[in-house]
Amino acid sequence: MQFEDFFAVVRERLGSDKGEDGSSRKKTDIPTGLLFKCPRCRNVTFIEEFNQNGKVCPNCNYHARLTAKERLKITVDDGSFREFDRKMISKNPINFPGYDSKQQQLRDKTGLNDAVLTGRAKIRGEDIVIIVMDSNYMMASMGSVVGERITRAIEYATAHKLPVIAFTASGGARMQEGIVSLMQMAKTSGAVARHNEAGGLYISVMTDPTTGGVTASFASLGDIIIAEPKVLIGFAGRRVIEGTIKQKLPDDFQSAEFMLENGFVDMIVERNKMRRVLAHLIKLHKSPEVKEVAENE
Amino acid sequence: MNEQLSASRRLDIIRHKGRPTALDYIPMIFDEFFEMHGDRLCGDDRAIIGGVASFMGTPVTVIAEVKGRDLEENQECNFGMPHPEGYRKALRLARQAEKFHRPVICLVDTPGAYPGVEAEKRGQGEAIARNIMEFMTLKTPVISIILGEGGSGGALALAVCDELAMLENALYSVISPKGFASILWKDASREREACDIMKITAEDLVRLKVCDHIIPEADGGAHNDPTQTAENISAFISESLQNLQRKFQKGLDEMINSRYNKFRVVGDFEEFPHSDTTQGECLAENSSNV
Repeated sequence: MQFEDFFAVVRERLGSDKGEDGSSRKKTDIPTGLLFKCPRCRNVTFIEEFNQNGKVCPNCNYHARLTAKERLKITVDDGSFREFDRKMISKNPINFPGYDSKQQQLRDKTGLNDAVLTGRAKIRGEDIVIIVMDSNYMMASMGSVVGERITRAIEYATAHKLPVIAFTASGGARMQEGIVSLMQMAKTSGAVARHNEAGGLYISVMTDPTTGGVTASFASLGDIIIAEPKVLIGFAGRRVIEGTIKQKLPDDFQSAEFMLENGFVDMIVERNKMRRVLAHLIKLHKSPEVKEVAENE
Repeated sequence: MNEQLSASRRLDIIRHKGRPTALDYIPMIFDEFFEMHGDRLCGDDRAIIGGVASFMGTPVTVIAEVKGRDLEENQECNFGMPHPEGYRKALRLARQAEKFHRPVICLVDTPGAYPGVEAEKRGQGEAIARNIMEFMTLKTPVISIILGEGGSGGALALAVCDELAMLENALYSVISPKGFASILWKDASREREACDIMKITAEDLVRLKVCDHIIPEADGGAHNDPTQTAENISAFISESLQNLQRKFQKGLDEMINSRYNKFRVVGDFEEFPHSDTTQGECLAENSSNV
């Protein structure tokens, strides 16, 4: 039997898979776009069921990637988000061929002006500055705009004595901006240093994937570091390491659980509990004076 | 100085077998170098060495990434690719320098931080992040000099400083040219092409406001006359220490502010008018959160 013939047989069988009245059965009508295949356990679920579950795999509890807007929606109080620096776009510091047009395409496609949203918001009434990276935009790599927005957001929080919550996700530094993107690691970490010196709280929430230059800068510098279950967290790329040691790495290498076991994450928090945990942690970090003022109001 | 050389030509020069390493330069530049070992947490990394020394009579702390000059040395120093304990040792010595009011001199020469299983387990990312953050507010002058390769975060962990200098043929990049080619073009063999478009030479980095000084090498490269090159490095350190002292007579706070701003201003973006914080759009409406 030839290959084409084989598929013809399959098609025939699918076609014959009909009810007694001749109408197709629902299952065969569903295109593959309506299914979610978990990248961790390879289990397949209906997208509707998966979405209802907060984009968490019902089989293995893998927390799939969210857009920055989806993240804000499930994290901050309704209508409380005020975005910072929305109209900032990147230039092309090393004149990398095709970088400008790629950016334009991505801006049109994603509705984002780069790979991070920053702003003021409230979580259960608590004022915060929030940073949310979006992996749909060049795998949330950090270039000038990502670095500048994050730095300004942290500086704003320091000046207004607000806690910072950063949902990190990134492939690392943005190659297309060359050395300028490496410097964003220093810039953002410097802002964290000043926030620390001013006694400000910074909670870093690592989501899928947090790697490279973002792991090696502000993502790893939280007073508290939270991770979502099963997400990828690491410095060097898995394939690079496999190439170095010439052997295959175990599946759980560089997972949130791996990082917890090795002492680089404080806690793993499931998505449906995240908002509650963050709100409690913020309350626990309020100084007594501030609490009194709030109570007197 | 030969400003006409392309980045890929310079790559050949810094890969020359006879190129002097930190091990060659330290005895030529400093007197009485006492090496200090270990991060006090887990081990002693041989890819980063450090200690106390005298520079023209002034006590200084020297921290250097070390590449081997032959296979044996390279096996010991892991080809100049540090593990987390190397960065943690560097931070410990920097803190010691701060305590005793000694300037810190960092000699940078690495293809990058080591990508390995143990390095990940012991927090390579965290170690680099912490160095970057802590060096930013270190209350003593820091001078970094890139000797050959300045590869990525593994170099930046020793390059958050008040003055950054590069040897004439040194390269400093966000990722190795080979890594750049294999990530962006899926073809590691286009290394030289990548090298020439990445803007990674000392002149490029002066233009991009990342590098402050270029230290001339001997004609044709440092390997042709290591002593001359070491003298040029010494001249730079001496001048730089005097400059920093003059510039920051009023105090260390000013120096630390200036260090922060040195990195704060790097970035290439544009903003349209009216992008202030009050005009943000509400994105989180009609959600049903608890």
